[in-house]
Amino acid sequence: MPSEPAAGPGAPEPAARRAEAHAAGRPGAPGAAGGRPRAPLALKAFALAGVLFLHLPLALIALYAFTTEDKTYRFPPPGLTLAWFGRAFARDDIWRAAGLSVAVAAGATALALVLGTMTAAAMFRGRFWGKESLTFALTLPIALPGVVTGVALLSAMKLAAVSPGVLTVVAGHATFCIVIVYNNVVARLRRLPPNLIEASMDLGADGAQTFRYVVAPQAATALLAGGLLAFALSFDEIIVTLFTAGHEQTLPIWFYAELFKPRDRPVTNVVALVVMLVTALPVLGAYRLTGGDEGAAGAGKL
Amino acid sequence: MAVAAVELAGVRRAFGATVALDDVSFSVGEGEFFSMLGPSGSGKTTCLRVIAGFERPDRGRVLLGGEPVEGRPPYERDVNTVFQDYALFPHMSVLENVEYGLRVKGVARAERRRRALAMLELVRLPGLGDRRPSALSGGQRQRVALARALVNEPRVLLLDEPLGALDLKLREEMQGELKALQRRLGVTFLLVTHDQGEALAMSDRVAVFAAGRLEQVDTPQNLYGRPATAFVAGFVGSANVVGAAQAEALVGRAAPFALRPEHVRLAGAGRPEGRPGARGRVVDLQYQGPVTRLVVDAGPGGRLAASVPSGEAALPAPGDEVELWWDEASMVPLPGAP
Amino acid sequence: MTPPGPPRRASTPPGPPRRASAPPGPLRRASTLLYRRRLFYLSLLLAPPLLWFGPVYAGSLFALLVQSFYRVDEFSGSVVEEPSLETYRALVGSAAHLDIVARTVAMAAAVTVACALVAFPVAYYAARYARGRTRAAFYLAVMTPLWASYLVKVYAWRLLLAREGIVTWLFESLGLGRALALVLDAPVVGGPSLSASHLGTFLVFTYMWLPFMILPTQAALERVPLPLLEASADLGARPLATFARVILPLAMPGVVAGSVFTFSLTLGDYIIPSLVGTPGFFIGMMVYQQQGTAGNVPLAAAFSTVPVALVAAYLALAKKAGALDAL
Repeated sequence: MPSEPAAGPGAPEPAARRAEAHAAGRPGAPGAAGGRPRAPLALKAFALAGVLFLHLPLALIALYAFTTEDKTYRFPPPGLTLAWFGRAFARDDIWRAAGLSVAVAAGATALALVLGTMTAAAMFRGRFWGKESLTFALTLPIALPGVVTGVALLSAMKLAAVSPGVLTVVAGHATFCIVIVYNNVVARLRRLPPNLIEASMDLGADGAQTFRYVVAPQAATALLAGGLLAFALSFDEIIVTLFTAGHEQTLPIWFYAELFKPRDRPVTNVVALVVMLVTALPVLGAYRLTGGDEGAAGAGKL
Repeated sequence: MAVAAVELAGVRRAFGATVALDDVSFSVGEGEFFSMLGPSGSGKTTCLRVIAGFERPDRGRVLLGGEPVEGRPPYERDVNTVFQDYALFPHMSVLENVEYGLRVKGVARAERRRRALAMLELVRLPGLGDRRPSALSGGQRQRVALARALVNEPRVLLLDEPLGALDLKLREEMQGELKALQRRLGVTFLLVTHDQGEALAMSDRVAVFAAGRLEQVDTPQNLYGRPATAFVAGFVGSANVVGAAQAEALVGRAAPFALRPEHVRLAGAGRPEGRPGARGRVVDLQYQGPVTRLVVDAGPGGRLAASVPSGEAALPAPGDEVELWWDEASMVPLPGAP
Repeated sequence: MTPPGPPRRASTPPGPPRRASAPPGPLRRASTLLYRRRLFYLSLLLAPPLLWFGPVYAGSLFALLVQSFYRVDEFSGSVVEEPSLETYRALVGSAAHLDIVARTVAMAAAVTVACALVAFPVAYYAARYARGRTRAAFYLAVMTPLWASYLVKVYAWRLLLAREGIVTWLFESLGLGRALALVLDAPVVGGPSLSASHLGTFLVFTYMWLPFMILPTQAALERVPLPLLEASADLGARPLATFARVILPLAMPGVVAGSVFTFSLTLGDYIIPSLVGTPGFFIGMMVYQQQGTAGNVPLAAAFSTVPVALVAAYLALAKKAGALDAL
């Protein structure tokens, strides 16, 4: 792959421009402003285009929530209106589904916070028999395709004669929510200087006091961030939930049904926009909490 | 005899295949400034951690003030530690750091505040109570760590290479301050360092560690003037460690000995009568300010280092033939050496 | 070993009495017990999570694997719980089944390549040229779509690709309507409309997994220390050579990590192909259908091992090829 894509149509004197860009792109090359490399224009344009491409569909959702057209997905929208918002908010089934999603997310997050933190506390330092296996096992809920987890849980439920319902949904969600919380908390705990705990004990604090005064304040933001991410993930979950929900309807399941048999396109559009905004909040919150730390927040999904 | 502040008897600690401490025994008196000196990996830090309670010895006993404490966690020992990287709590202010030990013991707020402020005065950091550790310089952080430990009035203060991160000038200044502080408070200080100059300058006694074993425990003067083993001779100050074969070639007796370079002199006109000496060729010359260090190849006598005052006229050049001599008394016998 | 030196008397009077020995309270005694017995402490901590993970998660995975070795009796339609390779034989023996696997793998490969090609310049720009605020903005701009609702994103593409939607409108306005019709008439990728074609599925998959490729690639590129590039230039390598010989190999683990995501996620997805694309089945859809309406759980289980096996094989190959060496 060339170091920058070929200059687009209409770029003047591509060879000269490329040579100049090469010279400017090298760190410390003469002509580079203050030693900071200047990006070749084509690269910059491509990068920006890539990012815009990522956001175009989302912007479209926002647009379609206001269109007056209610039978098709016509573009450009013939007109704009706020009418659909009223209609969507009047729909009982949407509120029920949303309520269930919130309840499930809250339950899964609570479980995840407790179990994930306990796991992180055991794993962040030191070795013990079985630690590598456990670390590997903890990557599975995120690494394995959702369909595998879903069908595994469903067949286990059938085997144990457990009928699908709210609890099974929570159980399915909790499994990967635990991993999300664990990733965040363990990363934070590992960054704790090891001497802090020793210093606290040296000064007279036992394990419980050390946790209360030294460890918890440091880990609090990671816990909160993990919890927010887990909540967002659970709220949005569809792949595993379709297997474990039975007749229950979370908001994503409601949405999924709409996609197959659209009842009311404009209402679906409104719900899409609202869901997008609502799930953006916890994620942004988690990002701020981890100090905009690259990796800590992203580490949840990846 | 008064009860020792710290006593180790036959302590052994191994990590898997590595033996960090091998049958270590020594005792430290009340109010002593005691140093544990050795290269990295010699076990001195492990020894400190065993005394503090962060490591449990596999064998042997640890006594603080006469009481065995091997099983006791660190928070139940009357010992406080100043860590190498200071380990200040980043989410607390300086004052909150210093009063931490009092807070976990349940001392009332007003009282612990008063004592913390007094301690900050003592380490010469008044007025910094509200700052965060991240806003302090290295030297300031070190004093906070010191204050945080001392405010608990421990029987023994452990210091783990406290001056390692400071630059030379600051280090020398802190050495003096630590010594003065110790004398003033009368607390037993146990210092770990790999810097032999530091250990010699500050301590009442020094324990020299090598590969998990104690080589010698003695006053600085004795360590320097009468090293017990070849290792001590080579580690504490520089020395010519002369093995048996070399000694035979030099002085006719196959008895190993240590010889300090500053005791080796250049024969100008000729060697004084009856003194042991050697003849050889200069292979290296290093100007070190007040002294110049010569390395002379004395053939079967091996290589000898001499440290002569730089001001002396007619210093030889590399390649020159020279004659060296020294006093009989300068040869310190090393019985156990090869 | 000399005896302790002459004891020094403190120049200040000793402080308050040492260790007023109040007996330790129960919490402190418990703390000390746990401190001393580290394994016991660890077991206490890990017991609840393991109780959850073990039976619930690991157990169900194991149960699924076991299911794949059962078979469905043709006549009764019920599961025969005897170990047999019958189901696997049915999996690889049927042309239709193999078709499904081939289709899914081809799509996954195409998506992976596309994601890598698009993600690399973006990641490269963000890692090498973006500084401070711009870089944080870039990171946020890539992260937000990543966490945006999965279904909403798929729905958005339904809107995009609809016959009356924005993509068609764009092509028409640019006078390229004919070109679009030509593409849709093409044999494999085409279909009645964009949203009912493999091309459409491909576009949606690429869009959805793009952030999964950008982030690891960017992380790997950021880890390339600047002195390496300077050393390369110092040794006479021109920028293109430096890129090919220094940057690209060091960025490879990031690209491979990203590709594991795109590969694995595409292999297992059952929602996107059913919402955007041709009637042809993908592996995930087979799993969903077989355990549901078809009632053939062993076949579903057998199918579900395919993505896992493929990704594991892919990782092993990547490791062997040294793509992960820089890790």
